[in-house]
Amino acid sequence: MIKPGEIAVVGAAETTRLGVIPDMSQIMLHADAALNAMADAGLKPSDIDGVACVGPMMPQQVAHYLGITPKWVDGTGVGGCSFMLHVRHAAAAIHAGYARTILITHGESGRSRINATPRPAEPEGLNGQFEAPFGPFGPPTLFPIPVLRYMKARGVSHEDLAMVAVVQREWAGKNPRAMFRDPITVEDVLNSRMIAYPFRILQCCLVTDGGGALILTTADRAKDMPQKPVYILGTGESVESNMVSQMEDFSSSRAFRIAGPTAIEAAGIDRNAVDHMMIYDAFAHLPLYGLEDLGFCKPGEAAGFIREGNTRPGGKLPLNTTGGGLSYTHTGMYGMFALQESVRQMRGTAPAQVPGAKISVCHGVGGMFSASGTVVFSNRAP
Amino acid sequence: MSTYDFQPAQEDAAIMLEPGRAKPKPTPETKHFWDGCKGGKLLLQRCGDTGRAYFPPRPFSPYTGTRNVSTFEASGRAKLHSYVIHHRPVPGFTPPYAIAVVQLEEGPRMMTNIIDCPQTPEALQLDMDLQVVFVPMDEEITLPLFKPASK
Repeated sequence: MIKPGEIAVVGAAETTRLGVIPDMSQIMLHADAALNAMADAGLKPSDIDGVACVGPMMPQQVAHYLGITPKWVDGTGVGGCSFMLHVRHAAAAIHAGYARTILITHGESGRSRINATPRPAEPEGLNGQFEAPFGPFGPPTLFPIPVLRYMKARGVSHEDLAMVAVVQREWAGKNPRAMFRDPITVEDVLNSRMIAYPFRILQCCLVTDGGGALILTTADRAKDMPQKPVYILGTGESVESNMVSQMEDFSSSRAFRIAGPTAIEAAGIDRNAVDHMMIYDAFAHLPLYGLEDLGFCKPGEAAGFIREGNTRPGGKLPLNTTGGGLSYTHTGMYGMFALQESVRQMRGTAPAQVPGAKISVCHGVGGMFSASGTVVFSNRAP
Repeated sequence: MSTYDFQPAQEDAAIMLEPGRAKPKPTPETKHFWDGCKGGKLLLQRCGDTGRAYFPPRPFSPYTGTRNVSTFEASGRAKLHSYVIHHRPVPGFTPPYAIAVVQLEEGPRMMTNIIDCPQTPEALQLDMDLQVVFVPMDEEITLPLFKPASK
């Protein structure tokens, strides 16, 4: 088995600009982030021997565009948490000796849609047959479908779900690169434009352009590299149904309950040792599911945990410290940006730095609730 | 499934759908389900090992992997499990409209729309009793929708 801390992140960067980038195509967003990450790590394309990115035919496009000759590739595409899975797979590949230095890239022209990945209708697919005819139109109509059941089962109020957005906006106010930074109140959220009841616009993620890239290698090699190594302590992954209507339990994600605890157990840490957390927040309910399914709160207690200020600046478990998908950025596959913030927090370079943070848990979701990946990072070798 | 003799549903023939909905295209594994809807029957499948019903259709059990499965007609009774009310226009729909997931009496859940009911949080109460209604899209496809059972 791979040991905690055996593999480290030695390069990490987002695209130079973030938000609205109408002068860059999707492949260039990958490249812009990759070039920044290589500069961060002091590496050249010829130093990279493994490439991971999302989607069919994409690893070869990204590798060739960047002038990389890989001997290991991964095109896992399970939605916005794919990058957490890439980190897990890359760590295993380095451990196995399949590659030495792996580049993971994300680029998405989610807003400007320049060379954006098309999403064709698939009327013969199970989603096309058994969900599409009933009027869903993208994630805002599908991701929140379990929310009313969760609210009833867990005793959660509309105000509780509004508070998630309020707290994250407080974090965004500390991040110059966040798209939305002005403070908001629960009333602002509950008076904002209705999108798909029970969610209003301020409970839905942004739609932006951007990208990010990570470079992983062995902890031994990381010692000689320019950045402070960020060690990978543990990882986890799982998938459930691609149809939100078929998830086993509308109040809990099976994929979360596997990926999260697998990563935490592999890391060999106690939950109370976690100093910083990112939970992919495409919509306001996800941090609640994440806190409960990863065992940081008992079922039904996450809303109160957030309401009481535990995840706010100065709270005992700072969560989504960029402002998250709700306020920082959300290109479509936000998981890369959650990973970037965990790395910044472990390096001590985050705009809203958590003082003295030593362990960060980064948890992703993908394809509505159909996939999940979790990475536990630390700035200290175990 | 040749064991079912399908007759066009009559009682709800007056319900019309707006044109423009995404139209399902049956596959060899799902054709019996869509043929069932056209004939006014909601067909589920049952695992031969566990006796548990499952959905969506496939010729084996997702519980044990056995190919020993049977097709049967569901009661059409369900409860409202969860939903959203979408407020933006989508081809085939006039907002606001609810996209619902119902829990069938036999156990499986399915996505659907709730008709004969105001599309409001006040009218759409979780766990309310529902009954299937078969509404034709066109000559090929009939959709299983649900209405409040008291109506």
